[in-house]
Amino acid sequence: MTKIKTLEEVLTHIQDDMSIMIGGFLGTGTPEYIIDGLVDKGVKNLTIIGNDSGFENSGIGKLITNKLVKKLITSHIGTNPETGRQMNQGEMEVDLVPQGTLAERIRSAGAGLGGFLTPTGIGTLVEEGKEKITIGDKEYLLELPLKADVALLKGTKVDVKGNIYYDKAARNFNPLMAMAAELVIVEAEEIVEAGEIDPDHVMTPGIFVDIIVKEVK
Amino acid sequence: MDNNQIKNIIAKRVAKEFQNGFVVNLGIGLPTLVANYVPEEVEVILQSENGFVGMGPLAEAGKEIKDLVNAGAMPVTLVPGAAFFDSATSFAIIRGGHVDVTVLGALQVDEKGNLANWMVPGSMVPGMGGAMDLVVGAKKVIVAMTHTAKGAKKILKQCDLPLTAKEQVNLIITEMGVIEVVNRRLILREINPHFTLEEVQALTDAELIICEDLKAMEV
Repeated sequence: MTKIKTLEEVLTHIQDDMSIMIGGFLGTGTPEYIIDGLVDKGVKNLTIIGNDSGFENSGIGKLITNKLVKKLITSHIGTNPETGRQMNQGEMEVDLVPQGTLAERIRSAGAGLGGFLTPTGIGTLVEEGKEKITIGDKEYLLELPLKADVALLKGTKVDVKGNIYYDKAARNFNPLMAMAAELVIVEAEEIVEAGEIDPDHVMTPGIFVDIIVKEVK
Repeated sequence: MDNNQIKNIIAKRVAKEFQNGFVVNLGIGLPTLVANYVPEEVEVILQSENGFVGMGPLAEAGKEIKDLVNAGAMPVTLVPGAAFFDSATSFAIIRGGHVDVTVLGALQVDEKGNLANWMVPGSMVPGMGGAMDLVVGAKKVIVAMTHTAKGAKKILKQCDLPLTAKEQVNLIITEMGVIEVVNRRLILREINPHFTLEEVQALTDAELIICEDLKAMEV
């Protein structure tokens, strides 16, 4: 059974009110073709999890500009003034999470862990409402796993089994999100036959990937 | 001194803190300039928190490489020996104590080594990005910033903006001097000869302890 689907087929899996993880770092390694599809479909009340809110007209920013996001869980919104505006107006909830904590929360969810202890955020607003645990003489925050209904990834090269190779800095959050969602969809710059990516160069094993869609520019 | 000169004085001085083989993370803005002043005989490995070590200078216009950008989305280059990784590994490097020095800007820093650089409630909330992890995890935290912001003091007895991290700053480098945080006190180690001690203290809210061996900052 092929994992390769059209964008139209992909979009039938994404509904209002879903939680969606989106790979990328300020647009590098972000599945823009699927995001454009979500904007065209107009799915609403989304909870979006991603490193940043991109720019007003790229990456996750496009979902925000089009007011499709109810809640954003992210580490940085400074490059997209519209995010700050919607947050300040109370139109969108924004949960700011330290970048390393965000990555590890996603990894924990995918790795079957109940959470982890981090020194990051001790003595800051980030510790509010969280359990503090002392190990030895050092204080840590208990951070909990973060998962989603859907993960949207961007792969540079994807084989028909779903094995993914990411080029350069496009990797970022993608391999972590591949493990942490019920449904994992990868947008491929290039789709190749099984075996064409050296197994040693596979960065996300295909067993994590449900659907592959070829990027159309 | 114009703003550009000030930034370059600070960047030049920060670069002297680097030793051969150091893994260094430079924040966006002024800290990025530090890379221009690293002496040729000192090899530092620049870490970019979006997922690689071995970052080189900014890419020349027209020579940008796809998917090769720094954590501020600026096209960059690589040096031989570079390596890419995912965000969990990137922050294992950062949080796990594998970064020797992190250089960041600040809105405020105080005598306890507290740092505030991620939000001004009600007006500016960019988010912390990787800063909270960097400041907690790096072996040495250097704040590189202008001594004041439009006349307002930034080196305080106590930060009043939300903190990025508690008691993690080791060194503060401004155009006026070099200040070390030791046991919740600020020691002035170097002073820019263009300023007097009185001038520096007047623009510093926290009390500065003058190092017995006070040196002139090379500018």
